[in-house]
Amino acid sequence: MSLRLQAQSLACERDDRWLFRDLDLDIRAGEIVRVEGPNGSGKTTLLKILSGQLADYEGELFWSERPMRETRESFLANLLYLGHAPGVKAALTPLENLAWYQALSGEAPSETARFRALEEVGLVGFEDVPAGQLSAGQQRRVALARLTLTPRALWVLDEPFTAIDRDGVAALERRLVEHARSGGCVLVTTHHELTPCAELRRIRLGGGGVDDGI
Amino acid sequence: MTASENSLSRAPAALREEPGGGLAVAVWATLKRDLLLMLRRRSEVLNPLVFFALVITLFPIGISPDPALLAAIAPGLLWVAALLAALLSLDSLFRADYDDGSLEQLLLTPQPLALLALAKVAVHWLLTGLPLALMAPVLGIMLSLPAGSYAVLAISLALGSASLSLIGAIGAALTVGLSRGGVLLSLLVLPLYIPVLIFGAGAVQAAILGDGVLAHLAILGALLALALSLAPLAIAASLRISING
Repeated sequence: MSLRLQAQSLACERDDRWLFRDLDLDIRAGEIVRVEGPNGSGKTTLLKILSGQLADYEGELFWSERPMRETRESFLANLLYLGHAPGVKAALTPLENLAWYQALSGEAPSETARFRALEEVGLVGFEDVPAGQLSAGQQRRVALARLTLTPRALWVLDEPFTAIDRDGVAALERRLVEHARSGGCVLVTTHHELTPCAELRRIRLGGGGVDDGI
Repeated sequence: MTASENSLSRAPAALREEPGGGLAVAVWATLKRDLLLMLRRRSEVLNPLVFFALVITLFPIGISPDPALLAAIAPGLLWVAALLAALLSLDSLFRADYDDGSLEQLLLTPQPLALLALAKVAVHWLLTGLPLALMAPVLGIMLSLPAGSYAVLAISLALGSASLSLIGAIGAALTVGLSRGGVLLSLLVLPLYIPVLIFGAGAVQAAILGDGVLAHLAILGALLALALSLAPLAIAASLRISING
């Protein structure tokens, strides 16, 4: 079994408009794939389809060279998805938020691991502050702590750089490259320009529309 | 490349064949998290209880303080008020999770969604249905409910409200994606509540008349068993439909 996410002639229609059509993708281990396109070009939709959250699309998805339908369990066990909404509970502290994600993903509960993950994203000293009192960027960092907390091969990140400061962006970029080099693979949408590197590949959306006005 | 690989301190991103397991850990963590969340937002827990108490307090004032009349309508009244109180609190069951993105994370875990959803419903019952059932006998005194039926009232409400939480959660899951799903939720769920209401109020009525209550309670138990086995699957499917849309 190898890490490989494929899509064949993927198409998605929204409100009588093709977001994309005949999209072929082949994403392998060691790659960072950046999905680009203007607002409303279907980046988030594509990420949701590829992470198995949306079912109204045409085309076929394959995970490790087998149809997605048959391998959904193993796909989910290897997926880490961070959506537009960070998925951080305002009433819970960062530690409590992470404890839930740790348990959900089947990791052994470990406070040390949670502290280490928070340290990685620079939230030392904020472990016991309710997330609602943290800034938007800090809340995003709580969500990003899951990258360290729950090791997964495939990362699907929707606008992970939102509200993150410059140092944080650089650290996250390094983290993505590091993940790709250690055999993982990253699928990311962002308006932030990623530093070019050997692992980076781009997919451009927004050309497939019938009349998307560009 | 080799140099940078050597400098990596992290474990390589190895592929996993199967989910890591730990279902019990995940369910327990979900229970704990939801309990903690509800206890930090106490007003949401208190709302249905206050509603229940207010409705029952207003009836003797609005109708008549005549104990005989009140005692006759008390079983139905207590049950209807408790049912509506539970219904009011249902809308928020999945909404907060939907709004902040935790629901999509819940759907993307390799654990069975039905059991995680069941944990959420269990918390709802623990903090809504069970307190309502414990409160009902006290309010029964205000309606001059005949002595001897208090225990049956509490037991029937405890059993029945668990079914109500489970059935209601299906509606809550179906309407979570709608911005104003409250009314639709009530319309969807109320017809399914009727059997529970009939046998619940029937049990209390039977206790007052001195008939056997076991038959009613057994049927309530059977309804709960049915809801417990089918509702989690329906909730999971409904959540998937809502997120898909």
